[in-house]
Amino acid sequence: MATTVRLLLEPFDPAAELSSFSKAHPAAGGFVSFLGQVRASESGGSAVEALELTHYEPLTLPGMQALADEVLSRWGLDGLLILHRAGVMVPGDPIVLVAAAARHRRDAFAAADFAMDHLKSQSWFWKREKAGGAWRWIEPREEDHSDLARWELSETGN
Amino acid sequence: MTGSVRLVFLGRLADQCGAGELVLELSGLSTLDDILLGLPTPLAEPLADPRVKLALNGMLVPREGLVVDAGDELAFLPPVSGG
Repeated sequence: MATTVRLLLEPFDPAAELSSFSKAHPAAGGFVSFLGQVRASESGGSAVEALELTHYEPLTLPGMQALADEVLSRWGLDGLLILHRAGVMVPGDPIVLVAAAARHRRDAFAAADFAMDHLKSQSWFWKREKAGGAWRWIEPREEDHSDLARWELSETGN
Repeated sequence: MTGSVRLVFLGRLADQCGAGELVLELSGLSTLDDILLGLPTPLAEPLADPRVKLALNGMLVPREGLVVDAGDELAFLPPVSGG
């Protein structure tokens, strides 16, 4: 079982990452991946010029590693990949890539879904968006917390 | 013992405080209230929000009972906004 968790300060190539991830897990019957990218326009419709994610060194990567450990304890996976950008990005840039390799697809779907819901709502990242020449901090979304609550309801206890 | 503490502000707090970091002189072991009293009100106010989490030397700590010593790093972490 191989886990890769990386916090990246430079752009990455999701296709190349997925390709090497699948090559590294020939025994897996299936892969599920999620790619998040910087969107071109904000909810109000104006064009996004840039997105910046800040992190806190002592907490952010260790938190991502703890999340990976939790995912592995819940599902039988052959491999797990979690890549997350920090720094300034422009529309179209990849932000986050999660991939799960498993013998059976349901474990892979669930593991990737769980990892994303927790990355979105519990990881130590702060996000601001530049539109119309002005930076604006992005507040936590209510949906992120209700997405997380799905897993709490289905928890059988740790 | 006297010395200084490094305060780190994340997310919007960095804007509200005008900087990502601030070095504050301590007159000895200090509580969170001592530290907030040593800051200008507009800066201290957003830090007093209970939704702002604290990390002392890289470890999450509760606001209650916090004691800060010279050489420590105290980070103020507002609600996260996801990846």
